[in-house]
Formats: sequence, C-alpha cells, structure tokens
Amino acid sequence: MGTGRLYAAVAAGGFRRYATYRVATAAGVFTNTVFGFILAYTYIALWHEKPHLGGYDQAQALTYVWVGQAMFAVMVLGSAGFEAELIERIRTGDIAVDLYRPADLQLWWLAADMGRALFQLLGRGVVPMACGALFFDLALPDGPLPWLACLVAVVLGALVSFAIRYIVALWAFWLLDGAGAMQITWLTGVFFSGMLLPLNVFPGALGDLARLLPWSALLQAPADVLLGEADPPGTFAFQLGWAVALLAVGRLIQSAATRKVVVQGG
Amino acid sequence: MADLDERAVARPAEDPFGEYGVYSRVRDGLRAYRMIAAMWIRSTMAYRASFAMTTFGNFAATSFDFVAILLMFSQVDELGGYALPEIALLYGTSAVAFGLADLLIGSMDRLGHRVRDGTLDTLLVRPVPVLAQVAADKFALRRLGRVTQGLFVLGYALATLDVAWTPVKVLMIPLMVASGGLIFCAVFVGGAAFQFVAQDASEVQNAFTYGGVTLLQYPPSVFAKDLLRGVTFLLPLAFVNWLPGLYVLGRPYPLDLPTWVAFAPPLVAVACCALAGVAWRAGLRTYRSTGS
Repeated sequence: MGTGRLYAAVAAGGFRRYATYRVATAAGVFTNTVFGFILAYTYIALWHEKPHLGGYDQAQALTYVWVGQAMFAVMVLGSAGFEAELIERIRTGDIAVDLYRPADLQLWWLAADMGRALFQLLGRGVVPMACGALFFDLALPDGPLPWLACLVAVVLGALVSFAIRYIVALWAFWLLDGAGAMQITWLTGVFFSGMLLPLNVFPGALGDLARLLPWSALLQAPADVLLGEADPPGTFAFQLGWAVALLAVGRLIQSAATRKVVVQGG
Repeated sequence: MADLDERAVARPAEDPFGEYGVYSRVRDGLRAYRMIAAMWIRSTMAYRASFAMTTFGNFAATSFDFVAILLMFSQVDELGGYALPEIALLYGTSAVAFGLADLLIGSMDRLGHRVRDGTLDTLLVRPVPVLAQVAADKFALRRLGRVTQGLFVLGYALATLDVAWTPVKVLMIPLMVASGGLIFCAVFVGGAAFQFVAQDASEVQNAFTYGGVTLLQYPPSVFAKDLLRGVTFLLPLAFVNWLPGLYVLGRPYPLDLPTWVAFAPPLVAVACCALAGVAWRAGLRTYRSTGS
C-alpha cells in the first residue's frame, strides 16, 4: 500500500468512527444550537449598546456566533479529542505497539484527526450555521469565493488545532498523567481562540496579544475570512506559519521522546 | 390462608412511617448517599495535589463565563439596561444554585454510560435506592470550584449593589440559592430519566443544565419574549434567579406577571422535584439491561 493511500485510509477511518454515533451527533447539534441562540441574544444586546464594536456590525457579530458554534466541535474547543486516547496509550505502554508500526506516529494521528474534523464540519457545523441563518440576520457572503477561502482557513485551523494537541499529548511521555496539561491547554484554547468573545473586542494589548497567538487561527481567522474582515492570503500565511512551526515542534518532541523513553508496561 | 392475610396486612405502602414506608426509604436513601459520597471523597483525597489542581481548574473554567461578562463591560457600561453589579447578582445567585446542584448530583449525567454498558444492573441488585446510588456515583468534590467562584461574584454583587435592603430582600438571597439549587437538581434528575430512553443523546441535557445557567447569567431583557415564555412556563428556570432577583433589584420582569411570583420559587422547586421524581420512576421502569 502506498503511503498516501495508507493515510487516506486512516483519515477515512477517523471520519467513519465519528459518523457511527448519529444520535450523539444530533444531540451535539441541538446543544450547539441552543448555546448559539443564547450567545446571539447577548451579542445583540452588546452591539445594541455599542454599534460597530471591534469593527463588526450587528449582523457580522451574529455571524461570528454561529461560526463559533460550527467550529466548536471541528477545532475541539469543548472537550478532549484524540489526545486523551494518545495519552492513555502512552500511560499504559500501548504506544510501543504504535511505534513498531510502519507508519509515522504524527502523520497517523494527523490523518485520523483530519477525518474526524471533516465529519464534524459536515455533521456538527452545517446545521447550527443554517439554523442561525434562518432565525437571525447574518452577514453571509454572496459569491462562492469567500466560502471557499473560509474552507481553506478552516482546514489550516484544524491543522493548528491538531499540532497544539499533539504537543500536549506527547508531554505524557514525561508526566504520565496528562490530565493537568490537557486542562490547561483547554482553558487557554477557550480564552484565546475567541470562543468567549471575538478577539477584536478584547481590550487593548490583550487583544493584540491574542491575535498573535496560534489559537486565533482556530476560530477568529476562519470567521474573519468569511466576514471579509481579513485579507485571505495574509491570514492563510499566518495560519500556515503556526501550523508548520507547531508540527515541527511536535516532531522534535516526538524524536526526543522515542529516543529517551522507557516504555511503561509489564 | 392465614399467612397470606398477614402478608397483606404488612404491605409496605400502607404505613408511611413503618419499616418500608416512604419516610424510612428517604432516610435510607440519604444515608446511602452520604456513605457513597464520603467514599468518593476519601478516594479523591488520596491524591491531594491532583484534587487541588482539578478544583482550581474547575474554578478557572467556570470563571470564564464571568470573564466574558467583564470583557463585555470593558467596552460598555450596561448590557440590556443592567449595570455590572446587577448582572453580578443574577450571575452569582444562578452560579451558586447551579454549582450546588452540580456538586450534589451532577454526576447523574453519566447515567447514559451505565445504561449502555449494562453496569446499572449492579446498582439495581443492591438494597439501596437507585437514585441515591446514581446521584452519589463519582461524587466530585472539585465541583466546589464552581460554587466558590459563584460565591465570589455574589459577594462582589452584594458589596457593590445600590439597593435599599429590606429584611425580605435579604432573605430572598438564600431563598434563591436554595430553591434554585433544587430546580437545577430536578433538571438533572429529569435529564437522567431521559437518558434511559435516549442513551447516546446525553449531550441534549447539557443544553438545559449548562445552557440554562449560561442563560440565567444575563438579564432577561436581553432575550426574546418567546424564549422568556419558554423558560418561565415550560421549563421554569426563570424562578431560579430572574423573578426573585428582579424583585430584589426593583426591576420589572419583561413578561407581564404579578409581583407575588417573585416569592413562588420554593413552590416551583417542590413541583419540579415531584415531576422529576415521577419521570425518574417512569424512566427506571423502562430500563432493560444490555443482556450480555
């Protein structure tokens, strides 16, 4: 089997694995939609108080809410994704089996995670977005180009999301218990991705800092590309830069871990 | 024949104060709950550092809701016509009420797992009420983190609010926390009953528990009238903090309701608990083991 086909098969497996739980997916869509409604009303109140806050008008702010709900599962902003599983494999020593496989550890998990992200974009992203467009006046683009650009930004964002969580998972080689590291990453991610509030609403230097950090590639970047607030090539370069840098760091840690590590087990 | 008659006389339902009566069952249930919860606390305390970290994590994660409100108020002076201390009162009371319910029986949202893998069977054969066992299962003391942050915000609200306090208004605060906590407990029990039917759909419950507490953190004037009607008359979350809280703040509720409804939360809480109890029994009766 060619390497390309191997990773394609792993990605398809990742897709199918999540596609199996249809009722759970529907339940997730329902919950995302309810949260979307609650947030949408608070944003209406906020933008009523201060129109053009952060450079958005009200329709753009509402669009941001629903993009956020659509990205919630794709970028794994709510719970743990594959990293919990990888940490468990490192803790139990099963990782030894993975390292014997004729496949690269990072690429293997990347392929599986991209399959998951694709399913969650279709399964958990489309419906809340459509629901939001039905009930609220959103600032959606007319032509297909902004949508395509947004899709590219989502793919790049998913790469950054994976790269961050892969680094976190590898710490388990040294820490063994990954719960603390996962919790800190999750908290940082929620805060700096723009899930709480759009980063352009953050005050002063905090806002500037947040926009430079990799987490802004997850939600703020795709949303701004869709809203026409960011120039696509520049945004893609920013996202790609973080993706490459973080994937490289992950690779360095991986080689350090596999050289030094004494695998658990018995 | 004599034997049968005697058994008929000793039927449990007839004497609520007897050995098998309602009161003794409730007492047994509470005792079992205390013992199981104490066991989980002892097991948590075996790893104190981990407990301290996860409690802090719970505190920090649940604080983010208020951080979002603070970020909003870094840009505006009021939201939906309410100033920060007023929103802090609504936030603090709902957060403490929800936090207590979450601490006491929040682990019930894992019931779907037990139904799926059949481990609920183990609980059914023990001579302890199933509700008490499920409620105390995996009792997580770290959830004190949410209660603590709610208390901080409530303290801030009480210190900064410009309200002419009367004895009734002062009493309203503990009343809101207690009856709000009971209303959220009823939502958790009702959600668990729903999970007997829809095992994989456990996330739907989050929309009403976590979604509900997020909703109540903001003033009602922010939301559409239909949504307000839904959480007033269908799922009475408005009685947790909105109706009594607006009485304390001296503000009108956006729906046209008489003033006395501000004092209705205890009654609503009792009614919710009764309904949740009925739903729980109905759910438990539909349980069929996985059979493996």
